[in-house]
Amino acid sequence: MAEQTLETIEPTAPAGARVPTVIADDVHIVYRVNGGPKGRGSATAALSRILRRKGSPGMREVHAVRGVTFVAYKGESIGLIGSNGSGKSTLLKAVAGLLPTERGSVYTDGQPSLLGVNAALMNDLTGERNVILGGLAMGMSREQVRERYADIVDFSGINEKGDFITLPMRTYSSGMAARLRFSIAAAKDHDVLMIDEALATGDRKFQKRSEARIRELRKDAGTVFLVSHNNKSIRDTCDRVLWLEKGELLMDGPTDEVIKAYEKETGK
Amino acid sequence: MSETTHDSAVAVSAPPSPDDGLSPAELAKKYGLSVSGARVGLGEYIRQMWGRRHFILAFSQAKLTAQYSQAKLGQLWQVATPLLNALVYYLIFGLLLSTSRGMSHEVFIPFLVTGVFVFTFTQNSVLAGVRSISGNLGLVRALHFPRASLPISFSLQQLQQLLFSMIVLVIIMVSFGSYPGLSWLLVIPALALQFVFNTGLALIVARMGAKTPDLAQLMPFLLRTWMYASGVMFSIPNMLAEKNVPGWVTDVLQWNPAAVYMDLIRYALIDGYGASNLPDHVWAFALGWAVLIGSAGFVYFWKAEEQYGRG
Repeated sequence: MAEQTLETIEPTAPAGARVPTVIADDVHIVYRVNGGPKGRGSATAALSRILRRKGSPGMREVHAVRGVTFVAYKGESIGLIGSNGSGKSTLLKAVAGLLPTERGSVYTDGQPSLLGVNAALMNDLTGERNVILGGLAMGMSREQVRERYADIVDFSGINEKGDFITLPMRTYSSGMAARLRFSIAAAKDHDVLMIDEALATGDRKFQKRSEARIRELRKDAGTVFLVSHNNKSIRDTCDRVLWLEKGELLMDGPTDEVIKAYEKETGK
Repeated sequence: MSETTHDSAVAVSAPPSPDDGLSPAELAKKYGLSVSGARVGLGEYIRQMWGRRHFILAFSQAKLTAQYSQAKLGQLWQVATPLLNALVYYLIFGLLLSTSRGMSHEVFIPFLVTGVFVFTFTQNSVLAGVRSISGNLGLVRALHFPRASLPISFSLQQLQQLLFSMIVLVIIMVSFGSYPGLSWLLVIPALALQFVFNTGLALIVARMGAKTPDLAQLMPFLLRTWMYASGVMFSIPNMLAEKNVPGWVTDVLQWNPAAVYMDLIRYALIDGYGASNLPDHVWAFALGWAVLIGSAGFVYFWKAEEQYGRG
């Protein structure tokens, strides 16, 4: 990984002393899912399991990430690739501290944040109130939300075709809602920024605008993680790539090397 | 993770490639990185909660508004729902079963309606609390905030709902001959204490519900049992006076937190409901329950902070 990453290291630290921002040490993540097809036990059996605090046979465990170790440094932009269900998003959530690890630990500098705010928004509320609610949910102060309100609305372009921001979000088309969600999520600055692919939404014009905004966010952030199935956008933006498969770290290295191996494997 | 020799030439005061050979944990320690998503201390947790106070308030108001946003009458339902509720209870317990037991009509109707509203406040806080984590996993898994914000926010939503019910209550009071007076001010401390109690309870069931979502199914039955035992539609002392039970049984039943808060608010608002209906040390119990359940609930919830979101 040497040549590729060294060029992008920011001169803040004394040359050579690379400052780690995220350290993942043998991270394992297990999801526990209720009501898998295995557990057909009787109700009384289920009750006694609850009382005895034992894992039930109906509880299925999904081992989503298995022993991933890596160190991310300041100024790096890291892509995550792998087939669907390989554990990319799960790993990001663990780095953000949103999913507890089963074994191993994640160390971070400050609070990494996932770019996304969808879950905090409510379809029955107006776009206006959702902007405020989303901003507060991301940890912005009231003043910050007020300051950026106009920018967020302008950026989303919701009001280009009339005064739609005062309508409930359930009346928006899916594209409009996605644009507003992205605009809210992208309004905050982050130290360690993680972007999940689902964000590339909206029409072509908006996609261009959001790409530019992501580049801006990247400039301000110390370290950026990007999940994507689009190898081109990984090539454009990342200097290092982690390749996950079945929850294991298959390869970690410079973008070109890893993408080449990945494309060979997936038979592109 | 090849830390290349390239770095060594310019290392400042450390030996070449100083980070080589360090375990991840040591490396993290050296650069002052902390475990992601680790539980913070209680003091820091409270500080973080304070930082999120605007979110907590905005979230509760948003939930409240979203509730009736599809209805034609809109926010009018905030008042109409408790009114209809009171009407149903009046029909059943006032007219059909007549549980008034010696209370005059002018006292019993306000007595019943106050009881229903005040108990509903606790009931709904618990019901919302038990689902506050398990029903908002998307939010918990997407954003960072002290998780206690959710149960507290839901209790706050119920408090605002109760304030709407209070409008109905005032109308009923006045139409049954209890007019506003100085004693009405007692409602404020009583409701504040009840809110703290409810929030503590919501925090407790939120943690339990996050681990065992089945509780959400069970909770309505527990709450209904609690309601019938708390004297919502009958007066506990009047009811027991006819039976031959020792006095302390009455006291214990009346010291039940739901009964305490209901009685205090009835005492404050209803003219014909005097202090003789209150158990001994009633304010001490109101305060004690609030402090005990409020603080215990908060600590109990915080203890599992890093585990919410798995499931």
